[in-house]
Amino acid sequence: MKKYVVLPYIFWSVLFIVVPLILVLVFSITIKTNGNLVLSLDNFKRFLEPVYIKVLVRSLTLALISTIICLILGYPAALILSKEVTNKRNILILLFIIPMWMNFLLRTYAWMTILGKNGLINNFLSWIGLPTMNLLYNNGAVILGMVYNFLPFMVLPIYTVLSKMDKSVIEAAKDLGANKLKVFLKIIFPLSLPGVTAGITMVFMPAVSTFVISRLLGGGQYMLIGNLIEQQFLFVGDWNFGSALSIIMMIMILISMALMSKYDRKDGGQGLW
Amino acid sequence: MNDTIIKLKNISKSFNKSKVLNNIDLEIKKNEFLTLLGPSGCGKTTTLRIIGGFEKPTKGEILFEDEIINDIPPYKRQINTVFQNYALFPHMNIFENIAFGLKVKKIESEEIKKRVQRILKLVNLKGYDKRTIDSLSGGQQQRVAIARALVNEPKVLLLDEPLGALDLKLRKEMQTELKNMQKKVGITFIYVTHDQEEALTMSDSVIVIDSGVIQQMGTPVDIYNEPKNRFVANFIGQSNIVEGIMIRDFLVEFSKLRFKCVDKGFDFNEKVDVVIRPEDIEVVSNDDGMLTGKVKSVIFKGVHYEMIVSQGGKDWIIHSTKKPKGCTIGMKIRPEDIHVMRKER
Repeated sequence: MKKYVVLPYIFWSVLFIVVPLILVLVFSITIKTNGNLVLSLDNFKRFLEPVYIKVLVRSLTLALISTIICLILGYPAALILSKEVTNKRNILILLFIIPMWMNFLLRTYAWMTILGKNGLINNFLSWIGLPTMNLLYNNGAVILGMVYNFLPFMVLPIYTVLSKMDKSVIEAAKDLGANKLKVFLKIIFPLSLPGVTAGITMVFMPAVSTFVISRLLGGGQYMLIGNLIEQQFLFVGDWNFGSALSIIMMIMILISMALMSKYDRKDGGQGLW
Repeated sequence: MNDTIIKLKNISKSFNKSKVLNNIDLEIKKNEFLTLLGPSGCGKTTTLRIIGGFEKPTKGEILFEDEIINDIPPYKRQINTVFQNYALFPHMNIFENIAFGLKVKKIESEEIKKRVQRILKLVNLKGYDKRTIDSLSGGQQQRVAIARALVNEPKVLLLDEPLGALDLKLRKEMQTELKNMQKKVGITFIYVTHDQEEALTMSDSVIVIDSGVIQQMGTPVDIYNEPKNRFVANFIGQSNIVEGIMIRDFLVEFSKLRFKCVDKGFDFNEKVDVVIRPEDIEVVSNDDGMLTGKVKSVIFKGVHYEMIVSQGGKDWIIHSTKKPKGCTIGMKIRPEDIHVMRKER
């Protein structure tokens, strides 16, 4: 009986995960010549052209910067949250989560009206007599959008690990002569690393593959790998190159996840997954 | 010479308006094995945490070697704690765990190595330094926790129910081991437990606490033989407590009979509680007994038989190595086994 219960799930994952993946793979290693599909690695070779490498490097850099900013902002936030009394804590967590109830696109559009030429900030600047600034359509705006959208993914896993931490371990460290700073550096931070790695992965992955944020806040002139893939499928119609790009991105994400989980296990902590 | 190391003066502690400790006054001597004994929720752990510096008393003073330490944080006190759940650092191996206290004190690494090896030997864990925490059994983790505290050579070691999680046999072994360790290192141990047998076995002196108030302090023998009140008599071992009247010095009346006893200093005809330990009642033939009772049940307990005997409308617990014959027995009590307590108001 048990055997049959899993069948729908198997069917589902084959139909919507395995088959599409195979299709993507097939597309990526073939090219169209005179209407015939021919096996070839040209798509991958094409990616090595400087234009595309530049896009990849820019994607990685922006995602990395956003992840670091999220970590710098998110860790103290998680630490403060974990130390609050229950009532206050729940309200604070709610404040972190409420923006996530709104549509992702809406949130990003909201930033456009804040940062735009006739947006909130520039209106305010001209009202007090200062020159307006170009806030939209640059790297800064893209990073801002990424940090704003993905910060909760950094805070929540770190917060979970911190709040589950055994308080008596911290007391033991104090008991053995460690002051607050040493307790943090030698006990709290090392023990929270599983949360940190989870947070980094959960921010870095969507940040590296986003195309909405970069298109809306970067104005399309700052192309990221996500935009490149979108473009290949929707505008250029080169499904083969688009698939190759997707495969490359998947491999990159797999590598970064493997690195993260390896680090996780070495530390012996309990991860979130 | 002043041999008091820790003094609690009028310590009270409340959590959200509920009083946990009420005017605790207590002196702890150097090199003493002192046990705080009481049921769970009586305030014994809170007392320990106040000494360790993890809680601040609402009222009162703590003195360490005649200095008030109320506001000194735990990391500056010459006191170390063995926690109930051991609280070992899961991301460090045994060596790093034990060396932690020495490392934060910036002791040089050669010295650290020497001291850790010495302490590992003391707790019988030689050669375990590279092992991880989760590869150890409960008893071994326990010993690491003790080693981690002792390696800092504290003046006082606090132990919060350290044997609670161990099985009976291991617990007995660790009791003896702990007592030996305390003698060997010669420092003050303050031990918290709810297990009266543990307290009696290991301690030099015992403090019985209930609802935040010290009920009695004294040596294990005193506490067992001379309980000050009903609570202590019931909590330490089993007791028969009957109401009686102190006729005059050395004469008490209970169960409608007068008995010679060894207590004095009560008012004439003062109403009192009389405590008789189950093993102090001798089972004799009906004619030889001072009291005659009807045997209601007999249970074999290994070393002795435990019987419930009904006499004068009261059930007595009696421990005897002999199985009673017949359904009525005579009960004989020696004067020195009758213990008279003032009634509590």
